[in-house]
Amino acid sequence: MSESVASSAPVDEDRASRQRRIRRRETTPASVPAVRRGNLLDVADLPSYGFGTRSLMWWGTAGMSAIEGMGFALMIVVYFDLKSRSAVWPNEGRAPDLLWGTLNLGLALLSAVPNIFADDAAKNHDIRKSRLWLLVFVIFGLALLGVRWLEFNALNVRWDASAYGSAVWVLFGLHTFNLLTNYLDSLVVAAVLFKKPVDGKRLVDVAENAGYWWFIVVSWIPIYAVVYWGPRF
Amino acid sequence: MSSGARSLSAGIGSSARSERALREQADALVGRGEVMLDGAGWGSKAALALEHSWRDEPGVMGWLKTNDHKRIGKRFVVTAFLFFAAGGLLAALMRVQLAFPDNRVVGPDLYNQLFTMHGTTMMFIFAVPIMQGMAVYLVPLMVGTRNTAFPRMTACAYWLYLMGGLSLWGAFALNAGADAGWFAYVPLAGPQYGIGKRADFWNNLINLTEAMGLMVAVDITTVILKMRAPGMSLRRMPLFVWASLVTSLMIIFAMPSVMLAANLAQFDRTFGTHFFNPADGGDVLIWQHLFWFFGHPEVYFIFLPGLGFVSSIIPTFARRPMFGHDAVVLSLIATGFLSFGLWVHHMFATNLPELGKSFFTAMSFMIAIPTAVQIFCWIATLWTGRISMRVPLLYVLGFFAILVLGGLTGIMVGSVPFDLQVHDSYFVVAHLHYVLLGGAVFPLFGAFFYWFPKFTGRLLDERLGRWQFWLFFIGFNVAFFPMHLLGLYGMPRRIYTYGADTGWGTLNLVATIGAAIIATSVLLFVVNVARSLAKGELAGDNPWHAATLEWATHSPPPAFNFVAIPVVASREPLWAREADEPTHVAGLSAQTREGLVTTVLDALPDVRYSYPSPTIWPLIAAITVVGWLFASNMTTSGMFWGLIPPAIAFIAWYWPTRKETAEQLLLQRRP
Repeated sequence: MSESVASSAPVDEDRASRQRRIRRRETTPASVPAVRRGNLLDVADLPSYGFGTRSLMWWGTAGMSAIEGMGFALMIVVYFDLKSRSAVWPNEGRAPDLLWGTLNLGLALLSAVPNIFADDAAKNHDIRKSRLWLLVFVIFGLALLGVRWLEFNALNVRWDASAYGSAVWVLFGLHTFNLLTNYLDSLVVAAVLFKKPVDGKRLVDVAENAGYWWFIVVSWIPIYAVVYWGPRF
Repeated sequence: MSSGARSLSAGIGSSARSERALREQADALVGRGEVMLDGAGWGSKAALALEHSWRDEPGVMGWLKTNDHKRIGKRFVVTAFLFFAAGGLLAALMRVQLAFPDNRVVGPDLYNQLFTMHGTTMMFIFAVPIMQGMAVYLVPLMVGTRNTAFPRMTACAYWLYLMGGLSLWGAFALNAGADAGWFAYVPLAGPQYGIGKRADFWNNLINLTEAMGLMVAVDITTVILKMRAPGMSLRRMPLFVWASLVTSLMIIFAMPSVMLAANLAQFDRTFGTHFFNPADGGDVLIWQHLFWFFGHPEVYFIFLPGLGFVSSIIPTFARRPMFGHDAVVLSLIATGFLSFGLWVHHMFATNLPELGKSFFTAMSFMIAIPTAVQIFCWIATLWTGRISMRVPLLYVLGFFAILVLGGLTGIMVGSVPFDLQVHDSYFVVAHLHYVLLGGAVFPLFGAFFYWFPKFTGRLLDERLGRWQFWLFFIGFNVAFFPMHLLGLYGMPRRIYTYGADTGWGTLNLVATIGAAIIATSVLLFVVNVARSLAKGELAGDNPWHAATLEWATHSPPPAFNFVAIPVVASREPLWAREADEPTHVAGLSAQTREGLVTTVLDALPDVRYSYPSPTIWPLIAAITVVGWLFASNMTTSGMFWGLIPPAIAFIAWYWPTRKETAEQLLLQRRP
């Protein structure tokens, strides 16, 4: 037995007081760790959910982000491999207009604000504020998607025009696909928050959704750089 | 509050009447806002409550909805084994064709499909899924938890895999079997030469099986890092669990590569992109890079679970703890890292910088070191142990011989000048079968014999097992050793026939005889399984007196795995027990599906966790994803509109039901 588990063993409490404590489950403070009783390790008082790395969903999200991040990274490798094999780049069409993409970079970075507030509200168990900031976030997302549509129209090349066009469209499409799925995810998480009663696990979902959004925002920075500045250098 | 019996031996009969009474009592408790907690032993009220809350509903719907890792794991293993048998039949057909010069059993077109289907089946829908299936079954039991971290995802992964495999084989039955080799090189598999739908089915298969692989990898990683029994610190983790962890992390970083490649190839085919079309700025070689950046680690994520099997079997049959446990763990991790630096050794025959090739030669030699370290540790364990020579150990010894031979030819082909001489010849065919069958299939058969009693409650027949082993071992060498020579004599891979004047006839005939012996051996295994399922010797909880936690529960385990989650105090929890330590966890809800989340390094109890209930949505989600994939092959609009059904299915999958929320609120306690 590792020391730290064993050291959490207090004196045995009597049966009646334990039952009282368990009945009051929702109101007692959760500072009580696992408790040793004879040959048993009692975990009845542990919290029923946790945020951050304490939540299994955090690990699932981290795994998915690693997978998608790997996909983005490899696609960027493909882009530069193709670029290195071409005398002129873009080898067909023009570089995309800077306006909408740069605006979207700003919007994405700005969307971190409602995202942070929603995350914080969830972690503070403030359902009302979580709802509010999620709604703000959803509006932000709508703006982002709208600008993304304009970006597609300003790419200035078709996917079947040349290898350049193919690489830009797929890199861009990959990120847009993630943007869309996370946006949908936010809508669903927000909807569940308006469906009463709300249990703690749903607040963890709000926090995890916010965590995944960070991945979308942060990954947009290198992809923006490649799509918009790759053809200019 | 009915906290039930404290003692582990409190007994209450499990008659139908007492169960009904119990259920009523349980519902009444829930109504009053109380729950019955686990922690008591077999036969207690808590055990009955666990059985009730973990049981799948009976009938077809229960079968389709289940998210029990044991049922899904068994499905993975059985399905993958059937694909193994089917892929083996293709190999047998190829051996029949090659047995004599100028043979005309199959024509060139069918032969192309045969070797492609054989390789694709063995690598993508046999080897990886069966290893992951074994992990899905074994890892939660070995770390002492009640289900995987994301049980619905496990279920969905299986359905995706099944449909992927069936679509590839269905296409083959309709003469649309993939035919560009198992690595589907462009431009042969591209739009210009890969006419028809054959390559599309291959690309779809890759998407589906790799999605499966990635989902299971994330799932298993989470189980291993967050759901270990209290006290099972990383240093006390069983070696198979270590192997599964390293494998899963490798999958997470390697599989996106082939998935991306297959999609780019499919875009070239469907939407007219130019990734692999040099005429419009594309690059053919980038396919090979992307494929082998996945493909070489893939060899190791077939091989590492095999090493995990070996490291589980050897201590049990040597009756002592593993010698050099830490060294073995470090070797597994080192192998995982090094395997990402080998991919170019598949591309020595392409026009790449010579300096780069030297680097990959060095890496290829280097990866022999951690494998050698493990082999020495195994030998030391056996040397100093009291050996019990049962069938699983026999397979391990066979693995030593075959793997070492394959490793030696690996060092040979790792050097550029030698590789250029034997590239695309039968020498490579011999090498890859020695490492893959030696490194994965021999340990796998050992693992089947070792864990069959846990899966089914019955032992496999020992005598038939010995026959099977010797037939397999001899047949394998008779089939594949001559291929080294054939390769050195210049016989290329993937030719459907050869002239009598080449002089390759005799060795090819010998190889075909070897293949027949292998087939007999596999048939014998099937007979053994069928016989043992019906009337094999009953195994009991721990027939081999092994040390790890999967043997601490019944064989086969109940739906809830452990009547109480064990507490671990050493590396060999069933061999050594500290006197003054708790033995079990108590206090998880027995009336709902509840488990325990622990900390990453020390496995301290941290959070209780409510497992998701079984539902039909993972299956529906899998069906809609497959539908989307095929729709996107047909039309551009299919790629967009086809997304709507999966979106609906995934939302329905997540949407919390009233019952789930009520349970959650009942058990709720803020962090």
